[in-house]
Amino acid sequence: MEYLLHILILIGIYVILSVSLNLIAGYTGLLSIAHAAFFGVGAYVAALMALKLHSPFLINILCAIILSGLVGALVGIPSLRIRDDYFVIATFAFQVITFSVLNNWISFTGGPMGLPGIPQPTIFGLRISSHGGFLVLVGVFCALTLCVTQRIVRSPFGRVLKAIREDEVFAQSAGKNIAAYKVLVFMLGAGMAAVAGVVYAYYISFIDPTSFTVMESIFIVSIVIIGGAGSLWGPVVGAIVLVTLPELLRFVGLPSAVAANVRQILYGGLLVAFMMWRPRGFLGEYAFQREEAGK
Amino acid sequence: MSGEMLEVRGLEKRFDGVRALAGFSCSLRPGEILGLIGPNGAGKTTLFNVVSGFIAANSGKVFFKDKDITGASPYRITNRGISRTFQNLRLIRQISVLDNVLLSFQDQPGEKLRNVFFNWRKSRERENANREEAIGLLEETGLAHKAGDPAEELSYGQQKLLSLVCCLAAKSEVLLLDEPVAGIAPEMTERILATIRGLPSRGRSVILIEHNLDAVMQVCDRVIFMDAGAKVSEGTPEEVRNDPRVIEAYID
Repeated sequence: MEYLLHILILIGIYVILSVSLNLIAGYTGLLSIAHAAFFGVGAYVAALMALKLHSPFLINILCAIILSGLVGALVGIPSLRIRDDYFVIATFAFQVITFSVLNNWISFTGGPMGLPGIPQPTIFGLRISSHGGFLVLVGVFCALTLCVTQRIVRSPFGRVLKAIREDEVFAQSAGKNIAAYKVLVFMLGAGMAAVAGVVYAYYISFIDPTSFTVMESIFIVSIVIIGGAGSLWGPVVGAIVLVTLPELLRFVGLPSAVAANVRQILYGGLLVAFMMWRPRGFLGEYAFQREEAGK
Repeated sequence: MSGEMLEVRGLEKRFDGVRALAGFSCSLRPGEILGLIGPNGAGKTTLFNVVSGFIAANSGKVFFKDKDITGASPYRITNRGISRTFQNLRLIRQISVLDNVLLSFQDQPGEKLRNVFFNWRKSRERENANREEAIGLLEETGLAHKAGDPAEELSYGQQKLLSLVCCLAAKSEVLLLDEPVAGIAPEMTERILATIRGLPSRGRSVILIEHNLDAVMQVCDRVIFMDAGAKVSEGTPEEVRNDPRVIEAYID
């Protein structure tokens, strides 16, 4: 039972991560592989505040969102000058830098030893300690993320995001300040990813840099692509499939030494297969294929 | 100063030694349709790119209603009231025809993030008003029955017409139309030209780039013939058509 709840909680965390990345990559077309970095910023901010300042959960999550949002703006700004593949590389660099900072700033982040002993959160006097409690917590944040995202993408604001994705030149000539939109959408996405980070940190009660690597970013990108970029529910489907699939492998009876490798192969294979035969994923309306460029 | 809608003074633009604009000057009067003709590479589209802010000129000035707008970013120029269409059609193909038009309205409060969460009643009211107006525009131009289709499903001519409707939705006072009827079937050409001809009565002024000389002669009040980035000849359509330099250029 606990195992099942654990899987559900993980799915919830990845739903938040992939829905927020979808806002950046799926709706606005800015493919970013820095999402695990925002996830990490959220987790570390909350963990450090909880451990060093003993501040309450809601304050920590608020600070994590704001801080991660500001970092998101920093990553969004290069997207104004560099495009497409080069932008992906820039986000990659940011991801690597974030990991290095977490891994090497030992006096502050604990380095590779991580931050153990994150206390259980208390919200409005309620201490959350059981798996069930965390599932409710994750569920609430998932619902909030989906509501906020739905509100955004169905608004005129969301229409501008899609316009930027499809044709920046047209969006500009329709009088839209695309620079402001790109930075804003990065702040939003990063802020939401921080929520996932905070919940993760409290849930696992121990964080170290290995949870926030490039591989993790790529995993989140895979969820978005396989689930369907640019659709509200696509990443939800993607998160369910990609989180449960490797767990199912456990029951096939593969020796654990092989299972880990098979998992990697499976992700890679799935991604290649989807890119070839179903680039829009399960539910997506946008495939990462750009044909136009220039003026 | 002069009461011109748009005034361009001494624009100079070089691309790696090629002078795309060589001290080009011209002005556009209120309610006028100005035709811009000339061989390929004469600098016509470059002029549009400079005026609409997509390219910075090396020197020279652009004035919109006597205000200097040289070097402003494209979105600001559109906000101020200059819209353009593109030679190689630009629309958001995946969203509906109606959404393309809705996207082109200026000052929709719902495009501000804070209004997505607060104040959304106001943006919804505006959205409804815009939608009504957009459908009206689509009806006038005969695209209303396609309003719900993705823009990519329109024919080439319909897409060109749609990009014109988008300029109308932006309520810009100056429209820069880059080859609005190039490569389009005759009856659609007629429809587009009729729409263009009606623009002055809506209070719009137009600069029209077009290779189809008949179309230019039909709709333009004044024509400029451009070559190698400079003005060669200017006058009524008749005068320009009979200018020997123009005849020579077109016979070549």
